Amino acid sequence: MSIINENMTSMEMLNILVDKNMEDARKAKERGELVCWSSSIAPCEFTETMGIHTIYPENYAAVIAAKKLAPEFLEHAERKGYANDICGYARINLGYMDLQKNLANSEFPLPDLVLLCNNICETLLKWYENIAYELNIPLLIVDVPFNHGNEVTEENIKYVESQLHDIIHQLEVICNKPFDMDKFQEVMKIASENANAWYEATSLCSAEPSPLSGFDMFNYMALIVCMRGKKECGITFKKLKEELEEKIAKGESGLKGAEEKHRIMWDGIACWPYLSHTYKVLKNKGANMTGSTYPSAWALKYTPGNLYEMAKAYTSMGNNLSLKGQTDLRKGIIEETKCNGVVMHLNRSCKMCDFLQYEIGKELEESMNIPITTFDGDQADPRNYSKAQYETRIEALVEMMEQRAE
Amino acid sequence: MEINNIIDYLVKAAESPEKAIKESCKKNNKEAIGCVAPYAPEEIVYAANCIPVGIWGGRVEITKARTYLPAFACSIMQSIMEYEIRGTYDFLKAVLIPAVCDTLKCFGQKWKGKSKAIPFVFPQNRRSKSSELFLENEYMYIKKELEEILDIKITEEALQDSIILYNDYRAAMREFVEIASNHTDVITPVIRHKIIKASYFIDKKDYLGYIKELNEKLRLLPVNNSDKKRIVVTGIMLEPDGILDYFENYGLDVVGDDLAHESRQFRTDAPFSKSALNSLSKRWVNHDACSLAFDPYKERIQYLVDLTNHYKADGVVIALMKFCDPEEYDVPLIMDRMKKENIPLQVIEIDQQANSFEQINTRLQSFAENMQ
Repeated sequence: MSIINENMTSMEMLNILVDKNMEDARKAKERGELVCWSSSIAPCEFTETMGIHTIYPENYAAVIAAKKLAPEFLEHAERKGYANDICGYARINLGYMDLQKNLANSEFPLPDLVLLCNNICETLLKWYENIAYELNIPLLIVDVPFNHGNEVTEENIKYVESQLHDIIHQLEVICNKPFDMDKFQEVMKIASENANAWYEATSLCSAEPSPLSGFDMFNYMALIVCMRGKKECGITFKKLKEELEEKIAKGESGLKGAEEKHRIMWDGIACWPYLSHTYKVLKNKGANMTGSTYPSAWALKYTPGNLYEMAKAYTSMGNNLSLKGQTDLRKGIIEETKCNGVVMHLNRSCKMCDFLQYEIGKELEESMNIPITTFDGDQADPRNYSKAQYETRIEALVEMMEQRAE
Repeated sequence: MEINNIIDYLVKAAESPEKAIKESCKKNNKEAIGCVAPYAPEEIVYAANCIPVGIWGGRVEITKARTYLPAFACSIMQSIMEYEIRGTYDFLKAVLIPAVCDTLKCFGQKWKGKSKAIPFVFPQNRRSKSSELFLENEYMYIKKELEEILDIKITEEALQDSIILYNDYRAAMREFVEIASNHTDVITPVIRHKIIKASYFIDKKDYLGYIKELNEKLRLLPVNNSDKKRIVVTGIMLEPDGILDYFENYGLDVVGDDLAHESRQFRTDAPFSKSALNSLSKRWVNHDACSLAFDPYKERIQYLVDLTNHYKADGVVIALMKFCDPEEYDVPLIMDRMKKENIPLQVIEIDQQANSFEQINTRLQSFAENMQ
């Protein structure tokens, strides 16, 4: 029997499911079953098929950061010798792992294997190397080469596809049982449907006013990250879609208690330690985040059973595209979600998010005549953010948006 | 040539890269192609009758590059960006840019120089058989780009000859660092570094000739039995100039290295294979114990222990390139292992734009004193 039902709101479902997923992993660990740590856009279809309980360090690090608990873990990692400029998620996770290593029970159970897909960044390679080495556990990798040209090449897709076949074999060895192709087919179907349901719900941000604030979308993201291979994930997003459609019909805005005067695209990861501040400053100006790269990030479209298409979906990820690909992606988002301003998070934790920002911003400004602001922040380390700077930058952006609207 | 003349020649080439490259191009009637750090299939460039030139930044005041790169990009890329905007690399016919880290992935997309940029990817799942084929295709693309830019045809024969030359060069370099470790009175840390660095600016055929002769002559010298401390260095590179002076000042001899700029360039040969590009592809697959090549077993850590034992070294110095993710992740694990092995370790932070090395000075001084 499902632990969620149709009478619940999507937010209630979200909270129950996220807790349940973690609880299931803890119980599985106690029973001696396998727990896997996975990067956020790795092919969960494989571990799900094998019944391996898969949890996500990036998600858990974001939760720790949002709860303002990051400093303990960041400082521990730094005392171990990790430089304070490497990814905040990684530092939190590696610090956490080191502190929990010798304990019997952890809130976020330690893994028996790890799965990584570097379609979002190369940092994952080093981070997961360290986990596998320190815990002496198997590491499964789907290496997704960066698409430096403007096309996703056949060679790239075939290389990724062949690694998907390797993973099947590796899992059979690790689990000491055959890979269940029928179950795999079913999981792929669920994952595809969930990806679709996520995209359909979050893309309703294009309505005016948008029924969803991008900051609420950040919360729902936990589900598509952690439970993309499970049915309940799709049920929740379908419910969310219904709720948003209802709000659209009533003309309600996703900004709680405020009128939507401006629509912005948020470029980059959330600033989790200051999520509330970043939201409120925008809300006070009537600015709603309607655009972001997240809806399309998990919209992994492929025909269930077709590993070539699956490989193509995983390697065509926004972060893994050339400068032109990344710029075009944002142009599409700005048009679809009708944004009239862009906020770029210069995130100390993420070089991949930052180092093309100048070129992308310049092209967006020139070709779309859209005002842009940047602010210094961090996805997880609270030391790299200034409230005053953020407020000033948003104020200036809103002024520019108002001037251009006149 | 006398041994001192060979050393002088190579040191001068390292100190005046542009002059050395242009002289070598003129002498051999070749063009120059840039290879942005750390790795490139130089053999393809050489087979295109060009001189592959290593691009590793340098000490330059960062002004224009600030617009395009945040301050937390590694200093190599800051310097290269500054130089490319200033037009320093415009005499190169093309520039190869490998996407081995997030910084370089982005960097390959935003080259500001006039030379054509050719970004490419090294596959990281090197245990997967298909990685070889993927890389062969990347190399095929580089080959085609060079053929188009230079309006030439790169033949299989030229590629095979190039591989033979490069394997000879790598063998000679491995021999050089081995011999040099016994002659640190002549091959001091600064000279060792500059001799190796010169390889980036001279036609490999000519360079190989100098190294072979140098190796022969060094062997004839009496082994140096100084009481200086024997050090293994690891990291991306040991520059800017000045840092190695402190090694010399505090009686620290560099006897072995695991630097991307130095020994990692010639540690792995291209094996015999069905085709030249497949052979080059296999070379990357076999390139182990490197922070920039994915390795869940962290062979680099054992390699450093082995290197220390091999050279009977007294300690290890990590030259940690500031803001270099691949290197920074390895540091805590190396620290743990060295502690267990009882091998003295010091970490110094490398910033190409640094004007003062007071922290490095202090660290190396106390490192040297603690080993007494």
